[in-house]
Amino acid sequence: MKKYSVFAIAREAMRGHKGWEEQWSSPEPRKEYDVIIVGAGGHGLATAYYLAAQHGITNVAVLEKGWLGGGNTGRNTTIIRSNYLYDESAGIYDHALKLWDGLSQELNYNVMYSARGVMMLAHNVHDIQVLKRHVHANRLNGIDNEWLTPEQAKEFCPPLNISRDARYPVVGAALQRRGGTARHDAVAWGYARGASARGVHIIQNCEVTGVKRAANGAVTGVETSRGFIGAKKVGVVAAGHSSVIMDMAGVRMPLESYPLQALVSEPVKPVVPCVVMSNTVHAYISQSDKGELVIGAGTDQYVSYSQTGGLHILQHTLDAICEMFPIFTRMKMLRSWGGIVDVTPDRSPILAKTPVKGLYVNCGWGTGGFKATPGSGNVFAHTIAKDDPHPINAPFTLERFRTGRLIDEAAAAAVAH
Amino acid sequence: MLLIRCPYCEEERPELEFRNAGEAHVARSANIAGESDDDFEKFFFIRSNPKGIIYERWRHIHGCARFFNAVRDTVTDRFIMTYKAGEPKPSKLPKNSNDVVSK
Repeated sequence: MKKYSVFAIAREAMRGHKGWEEQWSSPEPRKEYDVIIVGAGGHGLATAYYLAAQHGITNVAVLEKGWLGGGNTGRNTTIIRSNYLYDESAGIYDHALKLWDGLSQELNYNVMYSARGVMMLAHNVHDIQVLKRHVHANRLNGIDNEWLTPEQAKEFCPPLNISRDARYPVVGAALQRRGGTARHDAVAWGYARGASARGVHIIQNCEVTGVKRAANGAVTGVETSRGFIGAKKVGVVAAGHSSVIMDMAGVRMPLESYPLQALVSEPVKPVVPCVVMSNTVHAYISQSDKGELVIGAGTDQYVSYSQTGGLHILQHTLDAICEMFPIFTRMKMLRSWGGIVDVTPDRSPILAKTPVKGLYVNCGWGTGGFKATPGSGNVFAHTIAKDDPHPINAPFTLERFRTGRLIDEAAAAAVAH
Repeated sequence: MLLIRCPYCEEERPELEFRNAGEAHVARSANIAGESDDDFEKFFFIRSNPKGIIYERWRHIHGCARFFNAVRDTVTDRFIMTYKAGEPKPSKLPKNSNDVVSK
């Protein structure tokens, strides 16, 4: 792998940019690997990267039915934060946030992590109580989060409407300054490049159609659209399709898959300096470096794999956005899309070993997996390499739905689910 | 927006009038306290989440307010049929899924 640097740019400028190499190779699949990762999204590629970079396991294949980063990694609103209520969640999301800081250097790839601040609005007394509880819980866990008055919120984000007459009046806000955004595609590409350079095979257009198990129940490999590929360890990181893949291995999951929609506007000059989220009215907004307003909505109400969703969901979100930011009422929206998110009953992810020997699963990130990408891949690689969870992901078991040790962010998350 | 046929009102109404109520035909044990942890997990948390035909409950909350069941394809979101609560899971689905059937 040739290192990207200012000298590389200068050298290539001198010779007509003929020396840039492919960022990752597209090899023919081998008959057998040490580890197969199903799903080349951010989490899967990060897992492969850390397997190679930190655990020395390079005989790894990442199988992807479409193209890498083409699922939810390329469809999300790129918000990064770690202000979750429970200790377990704070542990894993802040682990990720610490990795975001420095990820561009580690990968030698600009993932454009921008700690521009994530501000969550309170619209009523209940919101104030919930958000203040989060502020205190976060600070006890060493995570920055602070309470703002409406005036301070307006100062931090000038286009915000804090009028008392607003349909959703702003009565305060919680601000995590370390939160922000990153360039979603670059995250997938950066991890893919880093993994590929260390010998990982990234195999696109290769759909997993079955999971093979030996007589003793252990995983022996996967059937794919390009034939059987053997491996004693298989990590399923398939987002909305996790339960479909796990079904192939005979494991039924506590998951339901829903469409989650987002949309972007025409690009305009910088106007929203931070990320603004409102749990109560189900809307969040930030501005990309291209200038588009990036707006996220809530999930549709029914199980679906259609990668689309109802227009009324977007309309409801835009109603709320226009109330909070009256200056956007005449903005034109350019495009909208839906991703399929796998939601667990307690809205916390599952990163764990499974009852099947050699089968590992990283799923259930629901509506907010992007922010966790580096941390998730990091601890999942540890789980696969050591056949034992990292202390950070040890609570996120599959068994918790039997034992009752839930991590119940569903009732507590600082975010729209 | 989906158009959903309420089997009680006997007409197609916009999705906004309805609330999805999760997977259908998940039977609650008559002796819930006596359930094993495994069986309780299956009843309470495990869902089939199919890519394809799903049997699900809906409630016509802004209409007749009654629960009913629907058969839908989760890939296309097309409704295949709806039927009243308490009726058995249809053993045979209508061949032409373009026709929304209501008993």
